[in-house]
Amino acid sequence: MIPSRAARIAVAAVPIAFLALFFVYPVASIVGRGLAPDWRLDLDPLARVVTDASLRHIAWFTVWQATLSTILTVVIALPGAFVLARYRFRGRGIVHALVTVPFVLPTVVVGSAFVALLGDGGPLGALGLDQTLGAILIAHVFFNYAVVVRTVGGLWSHLDPRTEEAARVLGASRWRAFRAVTLPALRPAIAAAAAIVFLFTFTSFGVILILGGPRTATLETEIYRQTAQLLNLPLAAALTVVQLVAIIGLLFVTGRIEGRRGVSLRLRAAKETSRRPSTAGARSFLAANLAVMALLLGVPLLVLIERSFHPPGGYGLGFYRALGEVHAGSTSFVAPVDAIANSVRFAFAATVLAIAVGGCAAVAVASTRRRWLDTAFALPLGVSAVTVGFGFLIALDHEPFDFRGSSWLIPVAQALVAIPFVVRIMAPVLRAIDPRLREAASTLGASPARVWREIDLPIVARAALVATGFAFAISLGEFGATVFIVRPDAPTLPVLIYRLLGQPGPQNFGAAMAASVILMALTALVILAVERFRVGSIGTF
Amino acid sequence: MRLRTLGILLTVAVSATASITSATASASTAPPTTIKLVTHDSFAVSKSVLAEFTKQTGIKVEILQAGDAGAALNQVILTKSNPIGDVFFGVDNTFLGRALDAGVFAKYSAPGLSRVPREYQLDPSHRLTPIDHGDVCINYDKRWFAAQHLAVPKTLNDLTKPAYKGRLVVENPATSSPGLAFQLATIARYGTNGWRAYWRKLRANDVKVDDGWESAYDGDFSQGANHGTYPLVVSYASSPPAAVYFSKPQPKTSPVGTMLDSCFQQVEFAGVLQGTEHAAAARKLVDFMLSARFQEDIPLQMFVFPARDGTKLPAVFTRFADVAASPLTLPAADIGAHRDAWIEQWTNTVLR
Repeated sequence: MIPSRAARIAVAAVPIAFLALFFVYPVASIVGRGLAPDWRLDLDPLARVVTDASLRHIAWFTVWQATLSTILTVVIALPGAFVLARYRFRGRGIVHALVTVPFVLPTVVVGSAFVALLGDGGPLGALGLDQTLGAILIAHVFFNYAVVVRTVGGLWSHLDPRTEEAARVLGASRWRAFRAVTLPALRPAIAAAAAIVFLFTFTSFGVILILGGPRTATLETEIYRQTAQLLNLPLAAALTVVQLVAIIGLLFVTGRIEGRRGVSLRLRAAKETSRRPSTAGARSFLAANLAVMALLLGVPLLVLIERSFHPPGGYGLGFYRALGEVHAGSTSFVAPVDAIANSVRFAFAATVLAIAVGGCAAVAVASTRRRWLDTAFALPLGVSAVTVGFGFLIALDHEPFDFRGSSWLIPVAQALVAIPFVVRIMAPVLRAIDPRLREAASTLGASPARVWREIDLPIVARAALVATGFAFAISLGEFGATVFIVRPDAPTLPVLIYRLLGQPGPQNFGAAMAASVILMALTALVILAVERFRVGSIGTF
Repeated sequence: MRLRTLGILLTVAVSATASITSATASASTAPPTTIKLVTHDSFAVSKSVLAEFTKQTGIKVEILQAGDAGAALNQVILTKSNPIGDVFFGVDNTFLGRALDAGVFAKYSAPGLSRVPREYQLDPSHRLTPIDHGDVCINYDKRWFAAQHLAVPKTLNDLTKPAYKGRLVVENPATSSPGLAFQLATIARYGTNGWRAYWRKLRANDVKVDDGWESAYDGDFSQGANHGTYPLVVSYASSPPAAVYFSKPQPKTSPVGTMLDSCFQQVEFAGVLQGTEHAAAARKLVDFMLSARFQEDIPLQMFVFPARDGTKLPAVFTRFADVAASPLTLPAADIGAHRDAWIEQWTNTVLR
């Protein structure tokens, strides 16, 4: 699709340079500082990770809980992805936007909602899930449901349903038709979603600490402890190497699964593939999935909403007013409007970066057989935020790259988190475009640029919009990556929430709940707005 | 409809780009007398107080925040050869040893030190200047104990009694600064040989361990936001006034009390960073932090106590804060030398 080798290299160069400067170089610097101080390699810390039983246990538990979380998330969310991709029903758009909200909420907020539900005194306290693996798993499904719905659903809504219908006509059972026709077609998207869910749960931090209790440690929490608390850089570096090895292995495997696909898919406009749930079976399937979403995603969110409107002495807007009153006049105070403006500003910059860099990356990934490129762009999700933050600090400290203390590092860090989503939403769609369409266009005399414009662009545009919404939402709620960056005071909503939660008293807590609800509403609005832009021309091929 | 949404998005986009550009522009054209104060995320000062410093001295202060106290200090240590700022605020006595050993602070003996009690002057080399102090203590829920007709525990020893089984929630010292301070309180009380036995008894008495202050106070404490089931929590001597100050309407008495026997003293320091190009201006900022104006501002901004003797406290502090006459302490050098090993031993005793 890209005319020449030179152009292909040029398109790949942008994301590679970005990744090299803002990820590889900082991470290599901090790992180097740990494992090779004074430029002499010292592998003892690595040996310690392998021989120390408790560190081995931490590494094992990290992989184990991430694997379980991923399987659970995919199994629970796949039917949800189906109903949202294929069924037309009233409120579908809103449900689709709302399921994304959990994904972008800061863990510290969700943690408090889960503790309220599952904790010793909570309504579900009798389940005994507080400080258990069970609580971690539920929270991970809560957070990552949207990843599967959006990544898999994105492709599912464009699959031509007639292939499956043909199988049914030929006598295959519904399940067999799904397994033999639809599942293989979806496999790349499922693998992509699973990889992302794995990376997120592999590096999960707040959920592990808040819900797992003090006996639970993962590589991520241990790297934080070794770096931020103990300043044991050698051990932190060794743990980072283990993290990197594990995620490269995982990405390699999922990359193979994504790539193992013979034929290009016939893609259709989403409008053509969706239908009303006409049979009783379809309606109850839809109802069951909506019930799962309501219970799993809705209840924790409702807890937050209820609390934000419930100051002492009856329901009202007291906590929303408190948001503008407590700490007024302090340097730590930020008016809610300003926090929103800061969040939107950073998220906008991050989205522009993520789409520009990630878009080029997706084109490069789709047009090459080399898998490493795809893997490389997903790496930032699997590496500890504290490693990247500290890496920025010691790597980007001299001209022409002295970015320390600069506001720009925040959107850059947010973009690092968003780019893998952009790549993974766009690349499968790009790859799935039938090359014969392009060949036909060329044969009819279209220039390579024209082929791109007429064939690829209309299909990609829709994926790009989905990616934009996702990137923006991720950046809005991003907290983990920004907190370890030395940054000037321009608090975003998540930072404001974190600050409020750090102080005692009902006003602080209530204001934090109110700010969380504002963040939720803002996210839902952004996603609804982005999804309004339908790319009409997609239905023409 | 579609056009309007597009219009809104475009407006947002343009204004976003504009404001980011203007933010960078103003940073780069700032006068040379701007100094950078590197600190943790809990730092706060009234804007008017900071503006007064600028008015007095012509020096502007840019605040750079960098995570929790440990993360912020470690970032400063890592950038020793190429400092990220001019002044650092937020070394507490549990990190004092590491901060001094790392050699990131320049010697400066602030004149204001003469007004600071000896007990807070923990750095004989005069690199770190005490700015505030605040005790970490066990707080209790007054209403809960009244309703249960149970006596409030008076001493650390009481906490191991059956009457208080499953009533105390603490924080993990490995991940929480009040958690560590409370562990140090038990070491100060029971000595390096006896503290582990004490924790074994606490463990047998079903002490609950949370990762951090938010989970313990808001999640599990019966006076916290979740109305949890634990009437005893490791928090701060300033929690009772905070519980009044951050309530609306404000109650006449605080619903939270302080168990004075459990208090461990935390002192927080500021220092001029070694290698700063604005050493004179940086010293002026440290001086200002010890001035009456800044010190009086501390309690309601950071909910700790001013280090300077005779500083007027706000009414909410004088009325609702109980302060231990002589809180537990440990020499900063001991903490520095054994900190990591103690945490490891605590983990083995309480969690494994």
